[in-house]
Amino acid sequence: MRLDAEGLVVRYPGLTAPVLDGIGVAVPPGTFYAVLGPNGSGKSTLVRALLGVTPLAGGRVSLDGRPFGSWTRRELARSVGVVAQAESIAFPLTTRELVAMGRYPHLGPLEGEGHEDRSAIARALAACDVEDLADRNVTTLSGGELQRARIARALAQEPRALVLDEPTSSLDIRHEMAILELLRRAASSGMTVLLITHGLDVAAQFADRMLLLSRGRVAAEGAPEEVVREDVLAAVYEWPISVARDPESGALRVTPRRRA
Amino acid sequence: MSRWTLAAALTLGLAAAVLLGVRFGSVPISTGDLLDALLGRGDPAERDIVLHLRLPRVILAVLVGGGLAVAGATFQALLRNPLAEPYILGISGGASVGAVLVLALGWAAVGSWVLPLTAFAGALLAIVLVFRVATSTGRAMDVRVLLLAGVVIAAFFSACIAFILSVSPARTVQSAVLWIMGSLSAATWRSVALTAAYTLPACLVLLGLARPLNLMAIGEETAQYLGADVEGVKRLALGVAALVTASGVAVAGVIGFVGLVVPHAVRLLAGSDHRALLPLSFIAGAAFLTFADLVARLALAPTEIPIGVITAFVGVPFFLVLLRRSLGAR
Repeated sequence: MRLDAEGLVVRYPGLTAPVLDGIGVAVPPGTFYAVLGPNGSGKSTLVRALLGVTPLAGGRVSLDGRPFGSWTRRELARSVGVVAQAESIAFPLTTRELVAMGRYPHLGPLEGEGHEDRSAIARALAACDVEDLADRNVTTLSGGELQRARIARALAQEPRALVLDEPTSSLDIRHEMAILELLRRAASSGMTVLLITHGLDVAAQFADRMLLLSRGRVAAEGAPEEVVREDVLAAVYEWPISVARDPESGALRVTPRRRA
Repeated sequence: MSRWTLAAALTLGLAAAVLLGVRFGSVPISTGDLLDALLGRGDPAERDIVLHLRLPRVILAVLVGGGLAVAGATFQALLRNPLAEPYILGISGGASVGAVLVLALGWAAVGSWVLPLTAFAGALLAIVLVFRVATSTGRAMDVRVLLLAGVVIAAFFSACIAFILSVSPARTVQSAVLWIMGSLSAATWRSVALTAAYTLPACLVLLGLARPLNLMAIGEETAQYLGADVEGVKRLALGVAALVTASGVAVAGVIGFVGLVVPHAVRLLAGSDHRALLPLSFIAGAAFLTFADLVARLALAPTEIPIGVITAFVGVPFFLVLLRRSLGAR
């Protein structure tokens, strides 16, 4: 799925400065696109604006060339899977029930799950390594397990694009890398992936393109080596940062320096 | 427990409650005479008791109990709050002001339909007020504002009730207090028809919204991303659940506890999927209230105990046992 936005402006009541100040994004199909920036730079707002959850004060969004307004919520949910930053599950339910919610946009109000739905759920549970937790109550899962279950739900939607807001912030190294590799494989097979993250190193390793936000504006956009540069990062994060290449893997390595 | 086992057990319980409710009452009637009465034969006085007192009363208990339980489950999901219950939006307060006003002004003498109709109007007034407050802040309806508006408006209504009662004679105060505590003794075929007209279609609408309600219970933002029209679902489901509550409270007064505890009990036994939770809550609420009414009629016959006392006396220990068991099993 192709994702385009131009001139996005978002204002929150009571704030004089806009939270998004004329941001444009173009994500071609099958791209792994990472959005980075300091706290409060507008990353989550950008995603919420792209998905029509936050009202726009200006700008346009289109998906696959179709203006956003012509998509119904159901249509959108069949094409775009979203893992928002947080959700508050009010009542106990099993991991399988949570993941099965990914099939809702494909089902009529009283229609039961068919063979196709069940196999999509099984594939999603396996892909996120939560099969063994299927019958567990989600309120008993660890933070990382719940996060993987939520990503499985987005995969069960069988979308053409995935949008994830800091999905790996509560995961250990193994599960973070497993999820990123899963997203990388999905992108390589045609899925558009939009990932919000604070992890400069991992984003540089996995993403095709990166967008660096600063105070609601685009500070840098392009391939990882164009964005992950000492001068750019130091200016945006207002902190001395060194960037080097790992001699063994060739991966970009970002190290914040001590000031004193 | 599997959902089908629970459904079968609850249906059996409901059938038993209905049979016992028709069979027993403060006036003893033998099984043979009861069958005669149901077939329209036998002693006219007994026929009257069975066909015009017990039968409508039992059916009303089924409708009000089932409706309150379904409304409670709906409010809990939409407000994402386990403490939510059907009266949380001030509906009971509005209905009570209407009822107390009728009793204080002596309008009840005009006809038996005046009190339920005025109570219903009071409940509708409460719903309209609370919804208007909750939507006045912007385009979207914020459930936290809704909850606060409900609490504040309920407080206003209880002040109204306190004022009316403070200037009323003792007799009026007693009948008002008894009405507020809830009773099915005023059941007629007319009140059965009124309640059925709201409860049955409303429950079908809510059942059709079962999947969106599942989504609402995990958060409104995620619900949107999974295809729910969040504002539409909120308005429709809250409105419909509020109407069910209003019709129930208008004919039976404020019967506490059913709408709070029955959905939790069903959730503990059969999970939180509203496709099962809503129908099972209806059956469980119906059976529970029918039994409670039977006890209310028989325990101190011919005096009736307010049914809300029974629902709490029976429901609290039952719920505590269930809660302990489910926490122990975890």
